[in-house]
Formats: sequence, C-alpha cells, structure tokens
Amino acid sequence: MDALTIHQGLVVPLDRANVDTDAIIPKQFLKSIQRAGYGPYLFDEWRYEDRGEPGMDCTHRPKRQDFVLNQPRYQGATVLLARENFGCGSSREHAPWALLDFGIRCVIALSFADIFYNNCFKNGILPVALDDAAMDQLFTACFSQQGFQLTVNLETQQVSTDSGLQFSFEVDAFRKHCLLHGLDDIGLTLQEVNHIHAYEARRKNEAPWLFQA
Amino acid sequence: MGQTLFDKVWEQHIVNQHDDGSVLLYIDRHLVHEVTSPQAFEGLRLAKRKPWKISSIAATPDHNVPTTLREAGITDEIARTQVEALDSNCTEFGILEFGLDDIRQGIVHVVGPEQGLTLPGMTVVCGDSHTSTHGAFGAIAMGIGTSEVEHVLATQCLIQKKPKVMRINVEGNLAGGITGKDVALYIIGKMGTAGGTGYAIEFAGSAIRSLSMEGRMSLCNMTIEAGARCGMVAVDDVTLDYVKGRPFAPDASQWTQAEAAWRQLHSDSDAVFDCEINLDAANIAPQVSWGTSPEMVVSITEDVPMLTQARDSVQHEGWARALQYMGLEAGCKIRDIAIDKVFIGSCTNARIEDLREAAAIVKGRTKAASVKQALIVPGSGVVKAAAEAEGLHQIFIDAGFEWREPGCSMCLAMNADRLEPGERCASTSNRNFEGRQGLGGRTHLVSPAMAAAAGIAGHFVDIREWK
Ligand code: SF4
Repeated sequence: MDALTIHQGLVVPLDRANVDTDAIIPKQFLKSIQRAGYGPYLFDEWRYEDRGEPGMDCTHRPKRQDFVLNQPRYQGATVLLARENFGCGSSREHAPWALLDFGIRCVIALSFADIFYNNCFKNGILPVALDDAAMDQLFTACFSQQGFQLTVNLETQQVSTDSGLQFSFEVDAFRKHCLLHGLDDIGLTLQEVNHIHAYEARRKNEAPWLFQA
Repeated sequence: MGQTLFDKVWEQHIVNQHDDGSVLLYIDRHLVHEVTSPQAFEGLRLAKRKPWKISSIAATPDHNVPTTLREAGITDEIARTQVEALDSNCTEFGILEFGLDDIRQGIVHVVGPEQGLTLPGMTVVCGDSHTSTHGAFGAIAMGIGTSEVEHVLATQCLIQKKPKVMRINVEGNLAGGITGKDVALYIIGKMGTAGGTGYAIEFAGSAIRSLSMEGRMSLCNMTIEAGARCGMVAVDDVTLDYVKGRPFAPDASQWTQAEAAWRQLHSDSDAVFDCEINLDAANIAPQVSWGTSPEMVVSITEDVPMLTQARDSVQHEGWARALQYMGLEAGCKIRDIAIDKVFIGSCTNARIEDLREAAAIVKGRTKAASVKQALIVPGSGVVKAAAEAEGLHQIFIDAGFEWREPGCSMCLAMNADRLEPGERCASTSNRNFEGRQGLGGRTHLVSPAMAAAAGIAGHFVDIREWK
C-alpha cells in the first residue's frame, strides 16, 4: 500500500447522496481475480452509454456526456467530492480498488458507509468526512472554478485551498499511522501472536465446541 | 450496570485491548465465497503465510454460479475461472468447501446457519455485507472487505473499534402475512439507509421474539441496508431448537455446556443502550419499495410519495432521480404498478419457510400472462431438496414459475439471470440500487408472499386480502 501524507490534486464533484458500491463498480467486473485493472470501469453504468463487460477496451465506448467524470475540465482528478453515505451497500473492496486504479487518492463526503470507509484505508485512499457547510463550500468552489484543486494534509488533518478555505477533519489514530507509513496491518497484528495464543488457550476451556477440528 | 447482548459477545472475543481504544477481536467463523476471496488467498501466498485456523473456515461458491443445467458446468469463462480459483485455494489450504457438485452448496448466508456452522455467541465474518444475517443467532456477524478477509485468514483476528449499540424494540402482534422482511423494510423506511451507521443493532420486543429463525435471519440480513455494522437477536428456545442437531453444531457431549453459555446471550434488564427506538408491530403492513434505495419504501396501501414530501433538497433530488429511473409517476398507487418478472430467492428470502409462504399463495393458480418470467431460486441444495420432498417445486412449476438450482442468481445478476433494461421485478432480495438486477432493471423489494402474489396478479396486491 502506498503511503499518503500530503496530497494535492484536481477535484471532481459528484453531487449525489447514497452513492452505492454497485454504482462505483458494477457486479460484472467482480468476476476478476486481480486487484488492479478496474479503473476504466469505475462508475461504468453512469459513465458509458453501453453495457460494460470485463476485459472491454473502453477507449472507444460511447460516453454519457452529462456525467461529471466525463467532463474535460475534470480529467486527471485525484480528489472526489460526494454527499452523505458514500460507499453504501455491498462490501466489495473492488470499489476502492476501482477508485484507486482510476487515480483517486482522497474522497471527501458528508459521511461514509462503515465497510467502505474501512476498505479505503487498506488501499491507500483517504476518506475525509466534513460537515454540511464545508461540503457546500467545496462543491460551490469546485463548480465555479476551473481547475479547482485541494490540498489534503493527513499529518495536520486539514483540507485546504490556495484561496484560503481550510477545514479540519477527524481520523482515527491507528488508521492515520498506518496510512502515513503505508503499513500492512497483518504484519502489525502478527506482533501480537502471544496474545492470540493466550486467548485461544483460555477460550478452549470456556467454549470447547469452537475448537473442534 | 448490566451488559447488552452485544457487549457480552464482544468482551468474550477481545484478544488484546490497544491504547487507542481499538481491540484485537478473535473471529470464530470465517465464511468464504468466490468473489471476494481470490485476492486474499493470493496475498497470503505472496507473503508466504498460512491460514491460522483451518477449522474456522468454510467456503462455497454462490455469486457466480449458473442456476440451470449444472451438468454443463459454468460456460462463462471468467466466472468459471473465479469458481475454479476458489476450488483450488480450498484444496491447497485444506479448507472445507461445499462445491458445485455438493448438495450443501448454496448462498453462503443460507448455508452457514443450515449446517450449524453459525452458532450463538460466535463472531462470524465473511467478505460480504450480508454477513449481518448470522446475527439472528445472537452472534456478532460482520461483512468485511478483501483485505480483512486476508487479515482474518492470516491472524484469526480483526482490528476493531467498538461500535455504539442501538436497540430497536418492536412490541405487539404482527398481522397475519407480515414477515421478517416487512419488519426490516419498515424499519429501514423509518431510519434511512444511513440511520444505523456506526451502530450495532439489537432487535428486541415481543414481535421479534415471535419470529422464526428464518424471519430473524431476513431481518438481520437487511441490517446492513440501514447502514449498521451488524444486527442481533437474543438467544431463546427458538434459536436453540434451530441449532440442535445441525451437522456442525456441538454434539450431545458438549451440548449442555454450550446451552448454558448460550442462555446468557441476552441483554441484561438494566443494560444501557446508546440509542433506543420503539415501534408498534400493529403499524406494520406489507412493504413495497418504490425507488432505488431500500429506504424508498411504503406500505402496500400507500402511494409513491410526492416530491413535495421530501425533507430536504438532497432527498428531493434523490427521489426525482429514482422516479425517473423506476419509470414511475409520483403519487401513483403501489397496487397499480404492473410487473414483468418475479424473483424469489437471495440470502434474504430463499430458505424453506420463504418457499413455503410463496407456494401457499401460488397453489392452484397460474402466473399472470403479462409476467414474462418468475424465478424460484432456493438458497441451497439442502433447501431445494427439502422443498422437493414437500412437493413445493411442483406447485411452482404448475403455476408457470421456474424452479432453479441454488445461488445468488438475480439478486445481483452476475450470472445469466437478470432483468433487461426497463423491466420491472417483484423481488425478495435486499437491494434495489440502479442496475442491481441488470442494467436498467427496476427492482421492487417485497416479501416472498408479496412477490408470489404479484406474479399471479400481474401487479402488487395486499397479501392480507389474498383469498
Ligand atoms: S444473495 Fe444477493 S445479497 Fe445475498 S450474498 Fe448473494 S448477492 Fe449478496
């Protein structure tokens, strides 16, 4: 996983609430056994006129011109804005994989669904929750300024613009630590093997039926 | 101060308490399917790791499997590769798998409880959001992403922060024909799809206790649709009766000890919750979703809402998009909505009781001519065999419904079972998102009896008036 400390990038505004993971990456792409290659199919049903299939070359597929990701001014965006409950529905980690493969490193929304929020951190994407007023300001600025960029500083937990807007966000200390250093949490947990063995030894007496081969 | 059910199970699984408030939580049961596991097994191999506790894992293919002509194998090459990857990973690591040729194969959330792999007081995880289903047994059951699947495989643990705990009390008697599915949809309609975010929910009250295990599973299954981390129901005689004698349940030599432990799995009378909601069972009518989110749901007696009823501009816009996608007029009667297809299946409603309820409606009648297809997809090979032993399959076939092989099928349409653009479906599944059942398909979430009745009438009807 790539570490993330300070990220600056072009912002794309997806002005919708309850964006579900079925929309982020439709089911037909879940047949892959890889972790990469989902970027061209991100938001497939909203992005293209035709029905996408895995393995399809997307360069010549007809695009829906009214969908924000297709607008020329947002090409190359790495920060996504959305409204409440982003990433709801299915637990598919293919959703953050698709966002990452497309180039998104930070999603800023009013709120996130739990599993999606967690999955982002495992993949080097920073999900930032801001309040209503902040989201409104960011959407307004993004719509009104061509090339609108944001700087997201995980160290100081702040989102800022060149023009002087600045918002603080909350992030759990452990997740922050892992993302700042690009740490794999399996390795971290394995440092606690003694605790796991001790737990199992105790639990075997309490609930032996859980330890049958 | 007393403990909640959630607190009790949580505490029993703490391996290590971290300084930042998170815990290392031990996982008792890890269910695996073909879609969210290949990258996790690959990760294990790359890091030269092995599964920590093989006996905690059980696998079955479900999302990608065909529901017709099993003998022919899977013709979709990419789907076949994925199912074969599950087979070979299970073989390589020595994991118990109910493969396509095993009668025990089926939807992972139907198979776990049915085999006694899901037990009271367990922590259960699966790389699938509807793992919440297993909370019906007084278990903490959570859906996880693929990175966490790998984490559990490698360490038997998850790093977790304790969620807040909410109790939803549904008191009183449910009217005839009202199922766990209607209760679930009713609650989501009230709370919204983000209403449970950050919470574990305990369902309690006399109406919940009156539900069968099947009904409780349908209810807990949809907890994720309310945004909650998990849903739970306290253990009682109904739970124990269901579990006893299942293939992987404790045998007689351990039953007494297990039962004694499980009898403790309820919230203490003086337990304190972060939030409590009280609902009256008498207010719950058969539910029908009209939009593209499970919270867009009303009673069969109601109308599709007017945009002026939206609480704010965000909801107004969401409703407008949903109406357009669904091809519905605001204010139209739910009973006037005509359907093209029926889907009875999924981890919400593909258990034997669900099929019995649907069959009771269908018996001696025929599918409306305007309904192009009505699929019955049992949740597992065991459910299918049980239904056939009771003759339910013949009732469906005689009525013009199709009797299929077990799998997720048209719940998410990864296989050939899907809606075509613009087709409208009465579905017993759990999600009505845009494109969920096929690109451009329109889903109305209902109970099995409501779906069956719609298939006969050609439009939605009030099951309470079915004669
Ligand atoms: S039946 Fe549907 S919701 Fe359930 S596990 Fe399968 S795809 Fe997911």
